[in-house]
Amino acid sequence: MAFPRSDLTAAPARPSQQVPVETMPVAPVTVKIVVAGGFAVGKTTFIGSISDIEPLSTEAAMTEHSLGVDDAGGVTDRKTTTTVAMDFGRIALPGNLWLYLFGTPGQDRFHFMWDDLITGAIGAVVLVDTERLDACFDAVDYFEARQIPFVLAVNCFDGVARHTLDDVRAALAVRPEVPVFYTDARSRQATKQALISLVTLAMARMQP
Amino acid sequence: MDDAATPDPDAGRPPRRGHDLYDADADGADDSRIVRPYTRTRGRTRSARNDLPLEALVSAVPGATDPVATSERRGILKLAGESMLSIAELSAHLSLPLGVIRVVVGDLADQGLVTVHTGSASSANPANDLKVLESVLDGISAL
Ligand SMILES: Nc1nc2c(ncn2[C@@H]2O[C@H](COP(=O)(O)OP(=O)(O)OP(=O)(O)O)[C@@H](O)[C@H]2O)c(=O)[nH]1
Ligand SMILES: [Mg+2]
Repeated sequence: MAFPRSDLTAAPARPSQQVPVETMPVAPVTVKIVVAGGFAVGKTTFIGSISDIEPLSTEAAMTEHSLGVDDAGGVTDRKTTTTVAMDFGRIALPGNLWLYLFGTPGQDRFHFMWDDLITGAIGAVVLVDTERLDACFDAVDYFEARQIPFVLAVNCFDGVARHTLDDVRAALAVRPEVPVFYTDARSRQATKQALISLVTLAMARMQP
Repeated sequence: MDDAATPDPDAGRPPRRGHDLYDADADGADDSRIVRPYTRTRGRTRSARNDLPLEALVSAVPGATDPVATSERRGILKLAGESMLSIAELSAHLSLPLGVIRVVVGDLADQGLVTVHTGSASSANPANDLKVLESVLDGISAL
């Protein structure tokens, strides 16, 4: 099939003419930290307390298959598409660095998204609600199994700590080098300290 | 997308435990399994950037014109022409799932219409770059 010449000349311009480097802003180096924890433990609040931008929400769509048996005894495969939302914030740091904070989707069945989130991350802040310690078992297991640096930030709702940090450490059976501390997800200062704790841990891991 | 038209090879089979996209409930209820709908689309693209990190920054190449101009491509090129934005931000601002943004950005990058920025000067993964971590620590401490 022959094309008229005019079509060839109208072909999209390949960007062979390079943009001069000096007119291109140097892209920031981007790094990320994951914020994990159970449902409503304060992940979004934590991210919002320090983010330069209003926390944004992004979605991944998934098809969920439900296998069932129909009236005639046949196996049915019902497909529904659900979306998993996760929110994130961004902090610009000196030295042309952008730090992203990604909150994990709460339920365990969204672990495949955690894999995506954690790839290339510095590590994770696991938010702990002392009234529902078991809600973070899952996150602790996940990061331990993958040897990802994490810290446990115990979110004291209304300043009431129902368990001592030693109790939390014992209940979660984390290794001694894992930092465990109280935080207030609404406080920029407390969030800052939590991030410092995590980055310090990640750096200690890298030094021989 | 042609997902709906493609027969699912696993349809009707019992779900497999240990499938990487499938998380059995702790109580052993095996009646549902989860797959990412964009897997196939991602297989289609010839881009070497199928697994763009969420934090990879995208900028439009100035002056490049898009021969295809679907609404997704237009949206990405417009936003990434105004400022550098991550895959995650493009997804949030355009209200499109991450998988779609990854595929379309991968195509646009293959076609030279956007530049994707990842890594640091000395490492493909900045989180493994001690210098970067030092800067992050200093930066957060100074906030
Ligand atoms: N008093 C108090 N309230 C908090 C604190 N952290 C979060 N909250 C409140 O607790 C509720 C849940 O907080 P979110 O930040 O939305 O929690 P989340 O973990 O993002 O929740 P999901 O994404 O739904 O799992 C909100 O109403 C917050 O305002 C805290 O430190 N103290
Ligand atoms: Mg939230």
